Amino acid sequence: MQEYDVIVIGGGNAALCAALAARHVVSRVLLLERAPEHMRGGNTRHTRNIRCSHATADQFFSGPYSEQEHLEDLIGVTGGPANLDLAKLAVRESSKLPAWMSAHGVNWQQPLAGTLHLGRTNRWFLGGGKALLNTYYQTARRMGICIRYDALIEDLVIENGRFDGVRLKSGDAEEFIRGRAVVVAAGGYEANIEWLKKHWGDAADNFIIRGTPYNDGMLLATLLKKGAKAIGDPKGFHAIAVDARSPKFDGGIVTRLDALPFGIVVNQQGRRFYDEGENIWPKRYAIWGGLIAAQPGQLAFSVVDSKTIDRFLPPMFKPYKADSHEALGSALGLDPKVFAETLTEYNRATAANTEFRIEILDGVCTRGLTPPKSNWAIPIDRPPFYGLPLRPGITFTYMGVTVDEKARVVDESGRPFANVYAAGEIMSGNILTKGYLGGFGLTIGSVFGELAGREAASNARG
Amino acid sequence: MPEVNIFEEANRQLIICNACRYCEGYCPVFRAIEIRRDFSQGDVFYLSNLCHDCRACYYACMFTPPHEFAINIPKILAEARIETYQRWSWPGFLARAFKKRGITVGLAFVAAAIVIGLSLLLIPESSLFTIHLAPGAFYEVVPYVAMVIGGLILFFYALAVWMRGGARFWSETRSALREPGGFKALISSLTAALGLRYLQGGGPGCFYPDERPSSVRRIYHSLTSWGLLSDFVATTLAFIYQDFFHRLPPYPLMSAPVIFGTVGGVALIVGTSGLIWFKLRSDREPESSRAVGMDYVFLVTLGLTALTGMLTLIFRTTAAMGSMLILHLALIAALFITAPYGKFVHFVYRSLALLRYEVEQRQPQKHVGH
Repeated sequence: MQEYDVIVIGGGNAALCAALAARHVVSRVLLLERAPEHMRGGNTRHTRNIRCSHATADQFFSGPYSEQEHLEDLIGVTGGPANLDLAKLAVRESSKLPAWMSAHGVNWQQPLAGTLHLGRTNRWFLGGGKALLNTYYQTARRMGICIRYDALIEDLVIENGRFDGVRLKSGDAEEFIRGRAVVVAAGGYEANIEWLKKHWGDAADNFIIRGTPYNDGMLLATLLKKGAKAIGDPKGFHAIAVDARSPKFDGGIVTRLDALPFGIVVNQQGRRFYDEGENIWPKRYAIWGGLIAAQPGQLAFSVVDSKTIDRFLPPMFKPYKADSHEALGSALGLDPKVFAETLTEYNRATAANTEFRIEILDGVCTRGLTPPKSNWAIPIDRPPFYGLPLRPGITFTYMGVTVDEKARVVDESGRPFANVYAAGEIMSGNILTKGYLGGFGLTIGSVFGELAGREAASNARG
Repeated sequence: MPEVNIFEEANRQLIICNACRYCEGYCPVFRAIEIRRDFSQGDVFYLSNLCHDCRACYYACMFTPPHEFAINIPKILAEARIETYQRWSWPGFLARAFKKRGITVGLAFVAAAIVIGLSLLLIPESSLFTIHLAPGAFYEVVPYVAMVIGGLILFFYALAVWMRGGARFWSETRSALREPGGFKALISSLTAALGLRYLQGGGPGCFYPDERPSSVRRIYHSLTSWGLLSDFVATTLAFIYQDFFHRLPPYPLMSAPVIFGTVGGVALIVGTSGLIWFKLRSDREPESSRAVGMDYVFLVTLGLTALTGMLTLIFRTTAAMGSMLILHLALIAALFITAPYGKFVHFVYRSLALLRYEVEQRQPQKHVGH
């Protein structure tokens, strides 16, 4: 019978942080990653920076970012965390992360060009999330942590609130591995279309999943079945606008589109449906996933002209292009007359505007138009015209398991399980209720991963 | 037309990179991508020669095969690089050597065979296999005039083809960007080339031979390039000693030409052996099989040239000196005849690509942000 002190389920940032932290305390640590090796790491593969509190500027932070400000930003975006104490814990402990990460081999870099607005609050690891994972996996191997890929968990054996081991399926054979404590860091359920359909109906077929196809939520479902207390809106997800031509899964950063505030957005009926100039783009891009999810066919189109096509990050997929409004409408598969009318009305409402400044709320707005465009509204009148098809691109789901201040999973009666811990996206609903603060997913994963690993290991040592 | 396919494929991948930019911290290739929106053929040629094949981006990329985006920048740029090597080489029938390794190997053998054949034919056995110790000892075996004329012809031939290629690189990779020159850009590109600044994967080292970064490859490469420079200095010093101070070789062990020559020779042997050893173990996925063959031919020729040079020094007081010298000269002939048709050319285009990079990064740019 194989037995480990700590079994970590998952293979992303939170799981690695837990395994590394546990290994500092106990010797027998097993990490079970469900994906094959080349797909290891869950959604961490697509990350690029981490948000940390810090008192002073350094080589990589352009200025100080106090815990107070960090917490205020979090509250501002989420409208108040589900558990304020855990939010404070994450914000407070985040200040230790850069040193901890460096000590485990992580390299840093300056903020990417065009992301300077995050240079004070967030820290960039060299090469992005997959490079971060490679470093952690190499460190884990060097420290003697056992790693298994393609590890499909059949069941967690939990008796009277105490974890005994995991049942594993490898090929046709079943396997039982005993563990003295477990950390579940297996992500959310955003890649489980059937699960999403329970809440969204057939619309879920039109969602694009930006990250790993392996986040099917099986471990979350298992924990809930074993009596763990759910937290967060089961329908809730974080979604942005991505190109409708993106792959169903794992398109990552390159499918996102920054064109929206530069023109207008129409639905399949060729009509506008929301203020494209409501707030500066980094603060508002995350509402568009939900907005498009609510449109017929979960489809929309961003439309710009030759004046603005070069002003946003070049998209991966070539925009549709035409020399008249009608022709572009046809190219996009829309009713050309309705589409052209929408543009004519918009151009009439912006006729007096010529220049705009995208970096600020410039007040260059439409007149007498519903819905309005409150900023950066200039006519779309210089051919060629360009159109990009949009779909909701889901980043992560909010619902998870409830944990306490030691990262222990809590059951429906409010009592923690004896030796079951959770970290990362699977418990981020304790803090994030809606909205998102760039780089904070990794903050939660790292803080609670390290905490869960450490606590699980001391628990296992007894 | 493979060239069109490579160009189109490079273009496809670079557009995805430009929408991602996670690799920006690794090397100049990605910073050069970011100031472009479309990639002309000249841009692909430029970027392919700017790439140092450190492979950091390959291991950091979440879109490498089997992902459907199938991004593999080190490999596609290596393939584009070979296209440029052939395109800018001369004459056409020899430039094909970049795709047909047999031509390079054949050229090397023919050059070596001519040197050895002529020596056996023209040098009396009595001179070839005896001990020569007096000043001008080497010239007792091979006449000074033959050595100098042969050497100069080969050297200037290689130099001429390199320069022609360099000129074509410069004109064909000229972008729409304004490019004022600049002394600082020149200095910075020179130090980048000589110091192998971009064989560091943005800090932790090359991801070579596998995904664990290390600085060992950069050390091997430095030993190779500085070893070669040191031997070039030794040859130049010997020329000065001889033609300005009228001191004929062999020079004493503690003389400048012998010290530079020995340091360079040892460095070359260690450096080329290390690079070959690494190449044998390197990850096949991010490399182009065509490039690898070309690399081996160059490294082996260069390593053997250094080895025979050292053997000539070691055996210079024995009857084996003549044979060693002939072998050494044969390998030098092979090295220089293949210099415009093998991996040796990379230093020309990479140095120029670095200069272009330093120049264009100094222009006012409009970065389009996330």
